[in-house]
Amino acid sequence: MAEIFTIALIWSTIRLSTPLILAALGGLFSERSGVINIALEGMMLAGAFTAAAATYAAGNPLVGLLAGMAAGTLIAAIHAVACIRYQADQVVTGTAINILMLGLPAFLSGAFFLSSGSTPQIPKEQLIPRLPMVIAFVMVPLSWYVLYKTPFGLRLRSVGENPEAADAAGVPVARMRYAGVLLSGLLAGVGGAYLSIGQSSLFTRNMTSGRGFIALAALIFGKWRPVQTMLACLLFGLTEAISIQMQGVVKLPSGDDIPVQFIQMVPYVLTIIVLAGFIGSSRPPQALGIPYQKER
Amino acid sequence: MSALPAVCLQAMLELRNITKRFGDVLANDQVNIVVQPGTIHAIVGENGAGKSTAMRIAYGFYKADSGELVVDNEVRNIATPHDAIALGIGMVHQHFMLVSTMTVAENIVLGAEPGSAVNLDLAEAASAIQKLSEEFKLAVNPNAVIEHLSVGQQQRVELLKALYRRAHLLILDEPTAVLTPQEVEEFFAILRRMREQGKTVIIITHKLSEVLAISDEVTVMRDGRVVGRLQTSETNAAQLANLMVGREVLLRVEKPEAHVGDTELTVKDLSVTSADGTKRVDGVSFSVRRGEILGIAGVEGNGQTELIEALAGLTPPSQLSGEVRLENRDITKADARARREFGIAHIPEDRHRRGLLLDFSLAENSILGVHDRKPIVSFAGVFLNDGAIRARAAKMIADFDVRPTDQDLPARALSGGNQQKLIIGREFDLQPKLLLVSQPTRGVDIGAIEFIHRKLVALRDAGCAVLLVSAELEEVTTLADRLLIFHQGRIVGDVDPKVATIEEIGLLMTRGH
Repeated sequence: MAEIFTIALIWSTIRLSTPLILAALGGLFSERSGVINIALEGMMLAGAFTAAAATYAAGNPLVGLLAGMAAGTLIAAIHAVACIRYQADQVVTGTAINILMLGLPAFLSGAFFLSSGSTPQIPKEQLIPRLPMVIAFVMVPLSWYVLYKTPFGLRLRSVGENPEAADAAGVPVARMRYAGVLLSGLLAGVGGAYLSIGQSSLFTRNMTSGRGFIALAALIFGKWRPVQTMLACLLFGLTEAISIQMQGVVKLPSGDDIPVQFIQMVPYVLTIIVLAGFIGSSRPPQALGIPYQKER
Repeated sequence: MSALPAVCLQAMLELRNITKRFGDVLANDQVNIVVQPGTIHAIVGENGAGKSTAMRIAYGFYKADSGELVVDNEVRNIATPHDAIALGIGMVHQHFMLVSTMTVAENIVLGAEPGSAVNLDLAEAASAIQKLSEEFKLAVNPNAVIEHLSVGQQQRVELLKALYRRAHLLILDEPTAVLTPQEVEEFFAILRRMREQGKTVIIITHKLSEVLAISDEVTVMRDGRVVGRLQTSETNAAQLANLMVGREVLLRVEKPEAHVGDTELTVKDLSVTSADGTKRVDGVSFSVRRGEILGIAGVEGNGQTELIEALAGLTPPSQLSGEVRLENRDITKADARARREFGIAHIPEDRHRRGLLLDFSLAENSILGVHDRKPIVSFAGVFLNDGAIRARAAKMIADFDVRPTDQDLPARALSGGNQQKLIIGREFDLQPKLLLVSQPTRGVDIGAIEFIHRKLVALRDAGCAVLLVSAELEEVTTLADRLLIFHQGRIVGDVDPKVATIEEIGLLMTRGH
């Protein structure tokens, strides 16, 4: 067991938590404004693909990162217009975006790079393994400050809790919700970019493998608060880190390896347990998922 | 960041030929209202007369189809509440517009925050709020969270919110609906203080006594039109009621002497403990006889709801102690269905939660509670007998004057008064021995109130025992033959409503002695 709990494990935890924290903070801004964001997964995929493609094309990871942020924001804009302007069902829209983003990167990489599903390899010196990590951990206190210590945060929270009251107080509800959803795309885009040009060196098909949903679970487990959400992300990151280190190390009493699929299941099983156990005690923003429509 | 007007505007409001349609409904039809500065102006009318719509247009919540808004002798475009606030208009809505999870200070400054864009200065807000609450005697703790405050305190927060935005014209939509008689007095004192300070107040209400007590001028609305503009000093309740309803209205129900029979319901030492362990009803004993209306007065939330629910069989027996007898039968542990079989009918206080399935048709709603009885069901209870249901519903709709009369409409499509009439028709059809009735005329028009009151008295005279709970003091005192006063789950008074004064009853309600 001791060989699992090492300094390397801590590093690994931080690395693995980074995309979760970025996406979860993104979800925080969207959901605090009252818009369910189940599309974090799709926004991360958009960010991951675009960042890898742009880095490859420009030879500069910063260009890639910015492109990834832009792509996440663009996908968020689709979600925002559908949910806010056209009052579509937020879960259905989010699901549609996720399905779209499973296919679209593969299609585009087929068109641009003549490969189905992945982008070309990016040279090691053009990767940015540190910057997104810094952004993630700086964004935690910054999000807290924005949410609780600025007029923008007060207004954002108010439209998520009681949009009618906010409207009566002169707060532009739709504008605040657009801001919340677009910010979520921006942050999820960074999270996605980190996967393709930070942790890895290319985009592969569905490379987020559910991290957007785990981020959403962390957001709920963290009661829609920045610091608690970060802690939840670290917990999920730790589980994933342990499950990676356990592979081939921990053996069954019979001496056989534990099938790797079982070990890889751990983070997802934990997500289910955490949500089943804690969702009741976590109170979502009161207007979450309800489009705001005033009679005109 | 500050959304406050730089100079104080002298607020004076005029609505000119305002017309507003919602779908097929003409909510406002060429409405003209003039509000003089420095006055308290009442706008009265029945539910659906268009009072709130007109004021919501003035506050930028709705957009008028045609017509003009004039503020300070200038035609203004008020497209959003933000525009209205900038012109010095504030509005307190009937359902408070507060974010319940946030603090008082946060709610008050929301949308007009002090400090800079990167720094929300709540300390400065708190001191500004402190100053305002001293000036207008509106005491609240800026750091309290809204959901922990009483309704009266929440209303003060709403007033402070408007004052903080330097509103010079305050529009108050049914502000007294949630207050006790004493709180109403305090509230009126606040309004007078505001008038002294030069503010203009518009108060929307359907309570005529309040119009007469507080206002300088009155605008009366009916069916989306203005039907009267009066000086308060030159009018009276009867004239206002006639204008509102469009016909002669009896403001007080004519009630013959009660012919009291045997005891129908006996409650002995009944206590109700809620799920969180607090005692909501604390050892009450009383009885109701045939042919009488026993009234229960009290500030809402003092156990009346729990008492009625316990008697209707809606409370789990584990939360009850004591004894409830109907005639000679112990029904303490009987469930709601059994109690209906024994002859107890229930008109609930919250008709949307307990009384109706809003998306079901009137016909379907009319069989709730008897849906398993003949002739509603046929063939050993397997099929609903559509013909019988429709015939029965049609008779109920006709007898109880439910409008519109189309029994295929969803209950949601009816006004509050008509929904209530349908429920009353359904419960009366049980020919109950005991009727439990709670807030029978809440949100109901004057015309329908008169109708409901007459029906309740008629049921009493047919020999039914009636237990009536109402927060409207005038209602319980006119209808009840005997009156119990509830305070913190106990009976603190047993008075003759013909003798006791409103002041006496009010004191018992608020202080318990």
